Parts: sequence; structure tokens; C-alpha cells
Amino acid sequence: MPIQLTIDGKPVSIEDGASLMLAAQQAGVDTPVICYHEATTPNGLCRQCVVEVEGWRVLAPACITSAAEGMVVHTASERVTRARRTILEMLNASMDLSEAPAIQQQMDEYKADRKRFPGAHRRSQPLLDDNPFYVRDYDKCLMCWRCVQACGDDLQFTYALSTGGRGYESHIATFFDAPMTETTCVFCGNCVAVCPTNALVSKTEIFMSRGLDYDAIRREKRKQRRAEKKEFSDD
Amino acid sequence: MIEADRIVRSTCPYCGVGCQVNLHVREDRIFKVDAPFDVAPNFGRLCVKGRFGVDFVHHPARLSKPLIRKDFGRTPRQPVGVEGFREATWEEALDLAAERIANIHRQHGPEAFGTFASAKVTNEDNYVFQKFVRGVLGTNNIDHCARLCHAASVTALTIAIGSSAMSNSIAEMKDLEVFIVTGSNTSETHPVISTFLREAVVHNNAKLIVVDPRKIEMTQFAEVWLRQAIGTDVAIFQAMAQVIVAEELYNQEFIDARTEGFKEYAQSILDCTPEWAETVSGVPADDIRKAARLYANAKAAAIYWGMGISQSVHGTDNALSLANLALLCGHLGRPGTGLNPLRGQNNVQGASDSGGLPHVFTAYQPVNDDEVRTRFENYWGVRLNPQPGLTVMEMVDAAARQVIHCYYIMGENPLMSEPDLKHSRHVMENMEFVLAQDIFINESSEFADIILPATSFAEKSGTFTNSDRRVQLIHPAVPAVGEARDDWSILCDLAKRVEGKLGRTTSAGFDYADPAAIWQEMAALTPAFQGIDHPRLERENGVHWPCPSPDHPGSPYLFEDTFPRGKGIFTPLVVTPGAEVPDLEYPYILSTGRVLFHWHGGTMTRRSKLDDIYPEPTVEIHPQDAVAIGLNPGDWVKVRSRRGEIKVRTLITERSPAGMVFIPFHFAEAAANELTHDQRDPKAKIPDYKMCAVQLEPA
Repeated sequence: MPIQLTIDGKPVSIEDGASLMLAAQQAGVDTPVICYHEATTPNGLCRQCVVEVEGWRVLAPACITSAAEGMVVHTASERVTRARRTILEMLNASMDLSEAPAIQQQMDEYKADRKRFPGAHRRSQPLLDDNPFYVRDYDKCLMCWRCVQACGDDLQFTYALSTGGRGYESHIATFFDAPMTETTCVFCGNCVAVCPTNALVSKTEIFMSRGLDYDAIRREKRKQRRAEKKEFSDD
Repeated sequence: MIEADRIVRSTCPYCGVGCQVNLHVREDRIFKVDAPFDVAPNFGRLCVKGRFGVDFVHHPARLSKPLIRKDFGRTPRQPVGVEGFREATWEEALDLAAERIANIHRQHGPEAFGTFASAKVTNEDNYVFQKFVRGVLGTNNIDHCARLCHAASVTALTIAIGSSAMSNSIAEMKDLEVFIVTGSNTSETHPVISTFLREAVVHNNAKLIVVDPRKIEMTQFAEVWLRQAIGTDVAIFQAMAQVIVAEELYNQEFIDARTEGFKEYAQSILDCTPEWAETVSGVPADDIRKAARLYANAKAAAIYWGMGISQSVHGTDNALSLANLALLCGHLGRPGTGLNPLRGQNNVQGASDSGGLPHVFTAYQPVNDDEVRTRFENYWGVRLNPQPGLTVMEMVDAAARQVIHCYYIMGENPLMSEPDLKHSRHVMENMEFVLAQDIFINESSEFADIILPATSFAEKSGTFTNSDRRVQLIHPAVPAVGEARDDWSILCDLAKRVEGKLGRTTSAGFDYADPAAIWQEMAALTPAFQGIDHPRLERENGVHWPCPSPDHPGSPYLFEDTFPRGKGIFTPLVVTPGAEVPDLEYPYILSTGRVLFHWHGGTMTRRSKLDDIYPEPTVEIHPQDAVAIGLNPGDWVKVRSRRGEIKVRTLITERSPAGMVFIPFHFAEAAANELTHDQRDPKAKIPDYKMCAVQLEPA
């Protein structure tokens, strides 16, 4: 049964149980997102998609809040805009968003002050390079969980990634922080594909951005390895 | 972060899933591959090969100029690397090739040619190839590696229902209720399909029945795992059928309306009890009962299989035993049901669909059917040979008997993929003329007299047809390497030259503007393709054939109302032994197959960073056997059969049962097919790659 609600003054009719994000879309409103991805289960982590529902004490994350009969929703109120701007400013203060063009664009749109929290502690983690295909540059990780979900029940069903640590120390990890080659990882890279900040990035790409040709470098290594063993030659 | 100059939609060049990919290109280099999340069949998912393994496209060993063997004309010929060839112009190479082909034709006639179409190139390339072979050379001696993978499935399904393709689509998989996976290490050979199958288990609570001797990853998701002794598949599926008949779990309505031969079949399996199967296969009778009940009681149940079923001396019987089960329960012709052979190569379905087989034109229209042949003769304006040609291994036989004098190999590597390589090599050494067309020099083109450089999937346009019959486009993303040309264009050029040298007054027609025009001709001659053209594929991101008219939506699942042969037919079967069983001298069973990180003969993946994670040939050995032989993990071990010997690294694991070892066939320096034998299934002519006897010795 469809239900009726109002979004930014427009009447919307939508299937019961649909998210406010979908309802907003129907009203012609694009909700800004950070952790949300069409291919992963939404879990309302980043709160960038919040909207104001009349009569509610707190802002509602549109990706996981179900539309209900008679709701009156505001997607661009001062309260919503301020919340979104603050989320961007705090994120920007604590991590490297330099390779997240979609988030950069939101910062411009919401007029986020990139220097609002100058003394913030930046979460710093070493870049992990433990396999031939991609690196994990967790300085750029904003803990959206998309990679964990992609590896698990949303895309790949391989379960090599999870979260480790608690509270401030929580981070994306493998079991016992083992290198990827010692996990169940099959290097499908579906995690790389959903990463919003280039924290997970293919080696060919990261080498190229530093002016190097990864594929050629690896090719030379292979050639040496095979020459030593007098095995298969690929010229 | 790299900004792409362009992002080009294409189809992955590896397996039969046919994943849609976006190739991100910067300065004519593919630096990233991802996939659109809203497009079938993969909906954004990729595997390691598709996402990270296309760097072979930019490998410096790519062929960039036509090559002519330096000792051209000398036999027996020796295999040579690039240093054994000299570069030539297209003019010289094509003229010389045409000259030789015309000479052999004049001297020995049409049957002197053995030709290999390719499951790696486009439908359009294959169509022109078979047109050249049939319309100019006048022979039907055309086949390709489909013979070595699913020939038995094709033969069985043709007998049982009259059609050979996967009957249901990949998109249905996530909604499955009950399904059987047998003889398919799906998570390594069709990785993206395996994610949808696992999704069915995890999210849809589907029940998975795995029937496989190896403890493959899919067993972790299985409700029942029947670990049969290798080669006892027929016993398992006959026993399942026996349970279904004995407990009256079959679909009477379906049997009455849509099948024939039920009574005789039911009679034939009376003695095939689960207890009998247990003695044959080692699988507990109760597990067989459980699997039978699960399959039969489901509203919809599907069967997926791979090489473990087909690559056997009784491969046709294996696949027929599956067809019997589906007919018994009426699990055909509805969503979530079906008989689904998972096709290996990106375009193995398409190479068969576009006529790369010895007995049929496009879409399985028989060459010995007068109506069909006349249609092709009229369109091409040439007389055609009504005699079905030779299959891959029959061509090897004919060459050994010096009936075939010339091989034309397009984008295949028979000297990695054929069994008993020593014999195949010997045949190649004595061939009068070998013409190869490829993107790299491989183990087969090392024997060629002339090698013509072709463009890769990333440099051309055309269509691939994936495992579920979905015709999909590829687009050029980067420029051709050096002087490399598209296969169809090389073929047209060569065909016209051969026609000239043979003094033909009429041409079969080799003037095409582009691959879209080739498709138009193919569709005009093929009722099942008539609703498909390139612009439609562009608009709809692919269409499942059969698709007889432009307003037809395509056919994601087949046989809703009827089978191509009318009624489905049950086939009584007898359990037959394997081709080569272990004995005191050769006490272990060798099975061959693939691993996730490599592709077939390795021509592509061994020239990719995929080789960095799996750089060496291995053998999977059970711990008990390793102890008995005296092997530690990582030790080099000699594996010997009656045909040959290779040296590989020991991988100790319980994946294969004791008494059985498994070797992937990707490694040229230790080619598993040095060991395999050329015993074939009598009906499908497919060699048995899954069972031969070997001995092991520390190296």
C-alpha cells in the first residue's frame, strides 16, 4: 500500500517501507551521501544524508529511515545544512580527503570551512602494500564500511575484511591484521570499486599518479625471476 | 589520483560470465577497470582477472608486425621464439600465405585444411572465419576449444532436449531455491557467478548441493556435499533418480506432457539404489537420499556444471544423467530451474553460435540440411560442402595420417589445451603449412610459418556471447599495437587473395565496412539472431538470443512451452569405468583444471600481474600421500604418466582426496597436458582431462 508524505512542501506517494532517500528522490531532491552506496546495505554511519522530520527530536538519516504516513520532511532546512556542513568539516579535519572529489564538491556546496578545527588530531595509519593488485592507504579511510560490506554479504561473500579495534582505535582490518595474501581475500577488488576516498586503490593507478609504470616494473621483476630459474619466457 | 581521458564500456575478455567493464584510459593506457553497478550480468561485481588482469594488453611482447619464419619451408619444423621469425609487410605475409594455401588446395583439395576458430575473438570474427573456411576453402574442418570443454554437454543436451546452451540466466541466480553445483569449481572458474550463487544461499536461504570430489570453496556454502570418487558421477545421479522414482517425488504432469521414455528409464534404474551408489562412489547413501529429496521437492531447482562433468570418456553420459534428473522433476522452462553448463571462455558460446563448428552454420543450422545450405549458398553465391567436417582431435588424427596438410589457427593455443601434447607437437612439426593469427606468440604459433598480428579485445569492436546467451558489445579503448589488425579484416584480405589465386570468378563476399555490417549478414542468415543488431545492443546493454525479431525481448530462459526437439527424452545409462585407472606403477589419479589467478594456456595471465601471485606450477597433494611419497610443502616433485613428465611444486592440502592429485594446466614450463591422454568420449569426441594415472617422485 502506498503512503503519503510531504517533502519540502511537495506531496509524495510511495510504497510503505521505502526509505526517505527514495522518497526525496521522487520529490526531485538529491540527498548528499558519503557512506551510502547503491550496491551496499545502507547503515546510516556518516549521517551526511540527514533530513529534518517535523516533530522528531533528532535529524533522521534518510538512507535508513522509512517513510511513514503523514510525515512532513525538510531536506534543506538551516538545521540540516548546518549538520551536513559540520560533518564535512570534522571529517576533513581528521583525515585525508584529497582524493575524494565527490566529498570535495560537497564541501564547496555546503561552504564548509576547511580550517574550522585546526587542532584536530588526524588519524594516521601506515599505507599497507601487501599484494600485487592494490594498496590500502588508511589515512584516507573514513570508516564508511562499504569495503567490509562489499567483501561480505553485499557483493562478494568472501569475508576477508572486518573492523578491528574499538572506539577511536577502530579501523578496517583483516583477521589478526594478517596481510591480505594470508586471508580469504580473492583480490576481486570489489572493495576497491566501492571505496569513496581512494583509500583502496589499484597499484597501476597509484604508481601512475607518481609517474611510474607499475605494470612495466612488475614485468621486469618477472623476467628476472624467470631468467634465474630458466623457466617460461615471455620475451 | 588519475583522471581518465576516456572511459570505455566493454566486455571482460576472460571467462564466460561476460562481465560488463568500464576501461579507464589515460594516455592510451588502461589504468583501471571497474564495472557499472546497474548493468547485467555482473551488476558491478568483478573478479581479480577482470579488474586487475588486463595489463597483458600493454605487454611489450604483443605482436606488432606480420612475422615469417626464417627457415620457411623446412620440415620437420622446430618451435622457435620471436628470434626465429623475421618481420614482414602485410602485403608480403598475406600474399605468401595465400600462395601456400592455394597451392595446398590445388594439390590436396579442400580436406587438406584443418582450421581453428576462436573462443576469444568476436562473433563477427568467427563468422568471417567460418565463411572463409566454408566458402573459399570448401571444407567444414573447422572447430575450436569448445570441443575440449563442453562438447559432451552439447551432445547430451542435444540428445535430451535438442539444444545445447545454458537454459537459464545469471540474473536469476540470486533468487534460486535449490541448486546443484557439480564438476564446477565455480568460485575460481566463474568467480562472479559464484557470488550470485552464494548470495542465493546467504540471502535467499537457498539449499546448495555440491557434487564434487574436491573440497572446493562452494562446499562451505553447501547444505549437502556429495564427495564422490572421481568418475562416478553417473552412479550418483542415477541413484538420485532412483530415489525420486521410488519415493514418487517426480513431476507426473511434466513427464506426461513434455517427455518421452519415462517408463523405460524408470525400469532401467530400478537397481541403482543409493546403497549401490555408495559402493561405487563412496558417498553415504543417506546423503544421496537427502540430495534427491531436496532437488525433487523444490518448487524450482537448477543444475550448474562445468568441466568435471564434460571432460570425461563418459562425459556425454554424465551430462545425460543430469538431464534425466531435470526431466524427472520438471525443473526446466521456468525461472530458477534449468540445465546450465557454465561456459568457459568469454566467447565460447559465441564462437559456436557463429558457426565455428564442423557440422553447423550459425546458430546450429546443420551443414547437411539442404534448405539451410541452399540459403547460405544463395547469400554467399558459392557452392558449399554438405559433408560435416572434423573435430579438433580428429584433425590431429587426420594430420598424423597426412590427410590434413595445413593448419590455420586463429586465437587458440592447441599445444597447451590439447591432451597428450607430445603427439600434438609431433603432428605440428610435420605439417606442410601452419598459419597463426594471434596477439602473442604462444606455444602453438612457435610452430607457425607465418604469424599475423591481431588486435586484442581492448582495441576493436564487435560482440561476445556469454554463458547465458547474452550478446554484448566490446568497444575500442586503446589504439592497435603497431600494425596489428582486427581478425575479420585480416580474414577478408586473406580470403580475397586466396580466391584470386584459386582463379575464382565469384567471391563469397568479403567487403564489410565494420563488424556491425558483418553482424547484419549473420542475422540475415540466422532466424534466431534477427532481432539483434549493434545499435540495439548499445541501447539495451546486451540481448539474450534467441531473439527472432526487433520487438522480441530476448530469451533469458528457454523451453517454457516446448523443447527444440519437441519432447524431452530420458536416456537409460550404464555406469562405465574411467579411461585410465591407477595401478601399482602409476598409483595416483591426476585431475587437471584451473586456478583463480590464471587463464587456460596462460598466454594472457602469465603476461599480467596475475602471475605475481601465482607464479609457479603446482600440484595439490593430500597430506597422507605427501607423507607416503616423502614430500614437504614447496618441494619440487616430478609427476610422470605414460605420456610424459613434468616438474611442479608441492602444495599439501586436503582439497583433493587421498589418492588423487590436481594440477592446473596454465603453465607452459610444466604443461599438465604432457601427462593427460587422448581417450575420448565416443559420442562427443571430447578428451578426458580429469582422470589419468600418474606416479610422483621427489625432484
